Amino acid sequence: MAKRSAPEINTGSMADIAFLLLVFFLVTTTMEQDTGIQRKLPEKQPENITPPEVKRRNVFIVLVNRNDELLVNGEPGDINLLKDRVKEFILNPRNSEDLPEKTPTVIEGLGTYEVSKGVISLQNDRLTSFEKYMQVQDVLTRAFNELRNELASAKFGKTFDELQILGKTNPDYDKKVEAIKKAIPISISEAEPKQTKSR
Amino acid sequence: MSRFKKKGEKSLPGISTSSLPDIVFMLLFFFMVTTKMKEVTLKVVVRKPDATQASKLENKSLISNIYIGKPLPRYQSQYGDQPLLQLDDAFAKPKDVVPWVLQEIEKTAEFERSKRTVSLKVDREVKMGIVTDVKEQLREANALKINYSARKAAILE
Repeated sequence: MAKRSAPEINTGSMADIAFLLLVFFLVTTTMEQDTGIQRKLPEKQPENITPPEVKRRNVFIVLVNRNDELLVNGEPGDINLLKDRVKEFILNPRNSEDLPEKTPTVIEGLGTYEVSKGVISLQNDRLTSFEKYMQVQDVLTRAFNELRNELASAKFGKTFDELQILGKTNPDYDKKVEAIKKAIPISISEAEPKQTKSR
Repeated sequence: MSRFKKKGEKSLPGISTSSLPDIVFMLLFFFMVTTKMKEVTLKVVVRKPDATQASKLENKSLISNIYIGKPLPRYQSQYGDQPLLQLDDAFAKPKDVVPWVLQEIEKTAEFERSKRTVSLKVDREVKMGIVTDVKEQLREANALKINYSARKAAILE
């Protein structure tokens, strides 16, 4: 009997199978990226060291109490007005006596810039809701971002956001980003709530 | 003269599809290799708050996640309905954060340790008490770069 060769397997449907798998992985892949507000926590202080005295005019206190109400520098405040108050506090445009001092600093690419000494102190109660806390954080971040955008537009003709995007590929723009960051540091201090209660 | 003359209508040869599976397999392998399946199974409910100023976090491998929220209904009989935190795949207490963070830092390459960020994924209805406890523990572990996870929103209502 003559040898019969084995019949070849039809590979025509191979493409279909592969496509099916491909589509499965395309659908299940998540390109989701985490978004949020970045902060830097203060370093832990040794217990026997008393924190340095800060002048009252350099501190802007925002307190969110347990009923999610806002207390700005000891008075009830409105979250919608908070942004402009923070901007005025940091800029101190009229060099007023009860707004923060400024230290003239030489910043590479900017020349001498009067960096504000102001610090925003964000305080909360243990019963404050996270949602309200984030709303306040958001407003504060917006105030700083707007200040940075305004300074960047005035000095470099581009907003801070634009500079940041350009800075990813061009080191020249990255230097400008760093200069703006130095001129307007995000000075938000998140105090521990136990300090809030003693107040 | 007539040697190269067309012999009537010639139909176009069909494009060979025999290399199609190879191309598709190549794409398939690319996606199989780059896909990372969901890292953890959430045991707590996390509905992120909205924020207009939320910005993207770069470099996924340098982020450690802490989830805070109420346990899912099926865990509530065992763990109660108060907000808890979840580290990796298990419920945890705030004091477990320090060893966990140190372990996460250990996993990071030496030169990238300063870039490690802890992302707090907190449910919007959670009270700040537990979040503050976690923040204190992070300071204890000297993991100072944090991120309050939020959804990017155009405007807040």
